[in-house]
Amino acid sequence: MSAATAAILFAGVILYATFGGADFGAGFWDLTAGGPERGRRPRELVDHAIGPVWEANHVWLIFCLVVLWTGFPPAFAAIMTTLYIPLGLAALGIVLRGSGFAFRKVVARLSEKRASGVVFASSSVITPFFFGAVAGGIASGRVPDNGGGDALASWLNPTSMLGGILAVVACAYLAAVFLTAEARTRGEPDLERWFRRRAVGAAAVAGGLAAGGVFVLHADSRHLFDELIDPARGLPLLVISGGAGLSTLVLLGRADPRVLRVLAAGAVASVVAGWGVAQYPYLLGTHLRIAEAAAPEATLWSLVLVLAGGALFLAPSFILLYMLQQRGRLENLG
Amino acid sequence: MPVMLAVDQLLPAREQMAFTLGFHIILVPFGVAFTFLMMVLNYRGVRRGDADALLLAKRWSKVAAVLFAVGAVSGTVLSFEMGLLWPRLMGRFGAAYGIPFAVEGVFFFLEAIFIAVYIYGWDRMRPWPHFWTGLPVTLAGIGGTCSVVAANGWMNRPAGITLRDGVVVEVRPLQVFFNPAFWYEALHMLLAAYIVAGFLTAGVYAAGLLKGRRDHYHRLGFVIPFTVAAALMLPQILVGDIVAREVFHHEQAKFAAIEALPTTATHVPETIGGVLVDGKVRYGIRIPSGASLLAGFTPGTRIAGLDAIPPAVRPNDRLVSTVHLAFDVMVGTSFLLLGLSAWFGWAWWRRRDLPASRWFLRGAAASGVVSVVTLESGWVVSEVGRQPWTVHGLLLTRDAVTTSGNVWLFFAATLVIFAGVGTATIVVLRSMQRRWQAGEEDTDVPYGPRSPRVGAGR
Repeated sequence: MSAATAAILFAGVILYATFGGADFGAGFWDLTAGGPERGRRPRELVDHAIGPVWEANHVWLIFCLVVLWTGFPPAFAAIMTTLYIPLGLAALGIVLRGSGFAFRKVVARLSEKRASGVVFASSSVITPFFFGAVAGGIASGRVPDNGGGDALASWLNPTSMLGGILAVVACAYLAAVFLTAEARTRGEPDLERWFRRRAVGAAAVAGGLAAGGVFVLHADSRHLFDELIDPARGLPLLVISGGAGLSTLVLLGRADPRVLRVLAAGAVASVVAGWGVAQYPYLLGTHLRIAEAAAPEATLWSLVLVLAGGALFLAPSFILLYMLQQRGRLENLG
Repeated sequence: MPVMLAVDQLLPAREQMAFTLGFHIILVPFGVAFTFLMMVLNYRGVRRGDADALLLAKRWSKVAAVLFAVGAVSGTVLSFEMGLLWPRLMGRFGAAYGIPFAVEGVFFFLEAIFIAVYIYGWDRMRPWPHFWTGLPVTLAGIGGTCSVVAANGWMNRPAGITLRDGVVVEVRPLQVFFNPAFWYEALHMLLAAYIVAGFLTAGVYAAGLLKGRRDHYHRLGFVIPFTVAAALMLPQILVGDIVAREVFHHEQAKFAAIEALPTTATHVPETIGGVLVDGKVRYGIRIPSGASLLAGFTPGTRIAGLDAIPPAVRPNDRLVSTVHLAFDVMVGTSFLLLGLSAWFGWAWWRRRDLPASRWFLRGAAASGVVSVVTLESGWVVSEVGRQPWTVHGLLLTRDAVTTSGNVWLFFAATLVIFAGVGTATIVVLRSMQRRWQAGEEDTDVPYGPRSPRVGAGR
């Protein structure tokens, strides 16, 4: 049961990385779109695309926290007492981002709009960086079983930096592809070009980072490196990720927007999944096993039942929302 | 980085938790109960073809969206704080304590989705189906409140776990969720949410009525929320009385603090006001045998005092005074609000109209803020009254707090950011109000569709 719960937890991480990641990335492009006049149209597209689903995506993070602290309490405590600096900064980034987003749509004056826009955009970059750094700290085994690990070295280390930068770039890539698709759907060729150029750029940077990252991991997290390149474990996922990433770029100008979204999400999801597979059966580094950190069986069962029961309600509700949104979009277009 | 002692961290960690919870709890009534008021108006609007009621419902749904987004943000911070401030609570008891939060997560998600559906549905769905999409929002609000209160109730009266050497080895999830404190705490909090939402909303329109905007729109915006809140005041006071008696029977230390009672005794007077200094009650008015009568219906009822608590876990004078005064404020403001409600009820019964006096409207305009004070002080009674325990009898707060980092810095950052968020929330709501008063309807809100005015970049 503990392995199943860990799989659910990791599914939450992957969903947050892809759906939440696209939103964070949209903030990245918002930040780098230039002055108010030049950046107006890309920003409007970002606003439009991110709109109502922001909160729904954000819920994956809370999902991960809740599953972690209920299903694996000691691991949660260990992570929180070690990586509190990046986690605290990520949390503050989320507050700023969330409120910037909430208010930008409502405030009327340009100066107010700009202020909340800057807050929204810069915290969209800070937050994924620190989450990536946290992932690096956990993956490289810098969180001790009982917590209270080195407050600085646990995230100021090569693997964490790689994780942080890779997270920002992956988010930017994901968002650029999603926004290219969005611009295509809405029939705005100049915006489509604008985001397509950036998607290619982000993909190139991500590819370069991944290549350089191999050396970083080899030197800093040997175990993670070995598992990732093991053909029976991490390697297939990395190959899938690279393949999906490349085919997104090739098809960027042609394919159906839905195909593009799936491919780009697949590229990011399989890298994250690769991390999960490489780390199994450990929850922290190579020292705390999933089963050792797990809560009693009854807790795990009730957790799974609650989430499964919730999914029964949530899935159709979400479809209803999505359909309404599509209808609204059509009206706005027409 | 020097490792700080837990004791040094205790003060800022408690202050920060109190601050963020105190902030968040104000938003709760809007997610939970304000949406119900919106539904009442929506129903009336569709049923009677009342355009003003529909307009109010539509505007309120936008206010609800803004506040829900802010509440989601402060709620996320709270879930981080659970780990960053209280890692040893989660590490030791997460297996039990976490379960209600998983349930809450589902309700929260459901509410977020249906708030969006409801806002999108205006003008896009036929009136009755649209009305029904609001119902899950209200129900999920109730479910979410019950879940969070289940977690809080568990801290007050933990149940459903087996410990071996201080480690949770067995969990009975249903007993954790439906712990002995769950039922009365949940009911008390739900009523509180409806009352606060009612008075706060009515207060806004009372201010409008005072300024002479006495049209149907403003009267409707006042009467419906005020009626809901006023009708629940008496039930809430009765439920509160039951809660106090449960506390008397099962949380004796908290009850001793509420009564500021130094020594166990019978014929205990009800002390109104006053503080505990050097173990003695100073100032304050005493009603002879009042506390004994209220707790057990006879003057001979014996009430355990602070002396019955082992000295090692006995709250100090300052804590006791805080709890005692908070309780007095809660009860006192409740009776003020009950009086205002009765005034309204009397006038409505006699004349089918609001009380004519401007003093009534002034009182009603203030009732929202007063009810927030009531809510906050009730929460202080529940939480500070449990100290020094985080989980009663099982985990001391000083053993739950984090030992790493410097909480003061985190607290300072939180203060600054929340002050900004709070101010921005008010500015945003005021600007929405101004535009509505100017007759502008198409304000964009989070979760909502973009209005055609700025849509599609044209």
